[in-house]
Amino acid sequence: MTKPLLKVSDATVRFGGLTAVDHVSFEVNEGELLGLIGPNGAGKTTALRAVTGVVQLSSGSVELDGQRIDHLSIDRRIRKGLSLSQQLVKPLRDMTLLENVVLAAGYNKTASPLKALVNVDDAAERKIAQAMLDKVGIGPLANQKPAIQPLGILKRLELARALALQPKLFLLDEPLAGLNSKEARDLASTIVELNKSGMTIVLIEHNLGEVIRVCQRLVVLDNGRKIADGEPRGVMNNSEVRAAYLGGDVVAEKGGVHASY
Amino acid sequence: MGYEITLLTTMGISILFALSLNLITGFCGQISLGHAAFLGIGAYASALSTKAGAPFFLAVLFAMAFAGIIGVVVGLASLRVRADFLAITTMGVGFLFVGIVRQQDALGGELGISGIPDTGLSRPAFMVLTLILAAIAAALSIYIKRAWMGRVFAGIAEDEDTMRVLGIDAPSYKLAAFAIGTALAGVAGALYAHHLKFIGPESFGFVESITVLSMVVVGGIGSVAGVAIAAALLSVLPAWFQIIGDYKLLVYGGLLFLMMRFAPGGLAGIFASAMQSRNRTTNRGKP
Repeated sequence: MTKPLLKVSDATVRFGGLTAVDHVSFEVNEGELLGLIGPNGAGKTTALRAVTGVVQLSSGSVELDGQRIDHLSIDRRIRKGLSLSQQLVKPLRDMTLLENVVLAAGYNKTASPLKALVNVDDAAERKIAQAMLDKVGIGPLANQKPAIQPLGILKRLELARALALQPKLFLLDEPLAGLNSKEARDLASTIVELNKSGMTIVLIEHNLGEVIRVCQRLVVLDNGRKIADGEPRGVMNNSEVRAAYLGGDVVAEKGGVHASY
Repeated sequence: MGYEITLLTTMGISILFALSLNLITGFCGQISLGHAAFLGIGAYASALSTKAGAPFFLAVLFAMAFAGIIGVVVGLASLRVRADFLAITTMGVGFLFVGIVRQQDALGGELGISGIPDTGLSRPAFMVLTLILAAIAAALSIYIKRAWMGRVFAGIAEDEDTMRVLGIDAPSYKLAAFAIGTALAGVAGALYAHHLKFIGPESFGFVESITVLSMVVVGGIGSVAGVAIAAALLSVLPAWFQIIGDYKLLVYGGLLFLMMRFAPGGLAGIFASAMQSRNRTTNRGKP
């Protein structure tokens, strides 16, 4: 087994009296396409936010490439090699699609205000940005403004922008949400291609059909706890997972069932 | 001739001061309602220096450094909070400045500081110096806008959270904008003090902060040319029309409201849309 690129250990996130993520541990191996799934309110997005630093862990740790990152700010974590494609797409609306990606591609020139002050040239970043837009299939729209684009295009823009950071680990928060089935299938295929080109990906997704189709392994959360971890078919046949999704009255045991990988 | 020189010097100082706020509010999107305090810090720092015998040019540098340092301290305390708190914090800093100066005999108290020494420059030479410094501030602004810093500022102005996800250390950038902007305001303050030869706490109060903010908004938030033109126009209006001088807060506050409501892009925005309807191929994508 290859070494884990991301290691989340015993992660707990509490908001006041609510425990959104409850002692969750999982690993993401290099080159893997991991699906992080669970019903609404299961804690998937919170777990992802704890990885990126949007929310702070109450206890536990997050390691990227063997280094602890849970004490770092969001931007520092991003610079360690994380990249997040957000569920709610947030393009910068005053810039063209290309400029949006250029901004991400220039991460070396924006590492500090001083660097950003002395650097003007952006020819290299424009090339990278165009390549990223081509990669996700929206190259011809480079000089358009985001405001007039449909959601499917914006989702791809979000993807291109996150990719331009040249991450070690790519976190995707519901990239398929809001897309019709054809758009979703196309975008899922783009994600598979990215993974095949060597990118390690964590995918949070509600669209179970696509998740089972594209992911090599699934981690299932319910009520903030991990209830399963393993190969997709096996996980989906797990009775606890079925109960979580179908609302059956199987009472989840503490610690959950761990399907073997 | 003397009148024109005074007018142009006043314009130059206003342009420099407005451009300094434009860096913070226009480029980086951080609303400051107390920017006049930094004009005041520069004015007092330079006036006390030259009164103590320092050469004028050294006093200008000292004013710049001192205002910038106070700017960084205020920035460290307030830029980590959310953007809307910054407006309140800076407004507080503005009142704090006036409040402190009023109570300090060493700073002239209510009476202010008079008899500020001559700069050694003739009045036309002082005017030229002022205009050159305003031009340098404009050139610096245009450079920053073209550099990666300008891109990042624009991103932070629009959506700070997204910028953080793109790996941008937003607080550092906001602090940089605040440091550069307050240092330039300090230079404007030094020129102001040595132009008028007299300063008092009233010259740097809330009304002045609103005046300079209205210059930035009327000119078009972020537009260097627009802000410079608006600052030049609005700075001479009180000299031409007595009534504007008498009802400054009303006039500038009203202007601020009207522009925000009806033309949020300011003069620059009005100009751009006029050009666009004349020539549909105008390319606004290029920085």
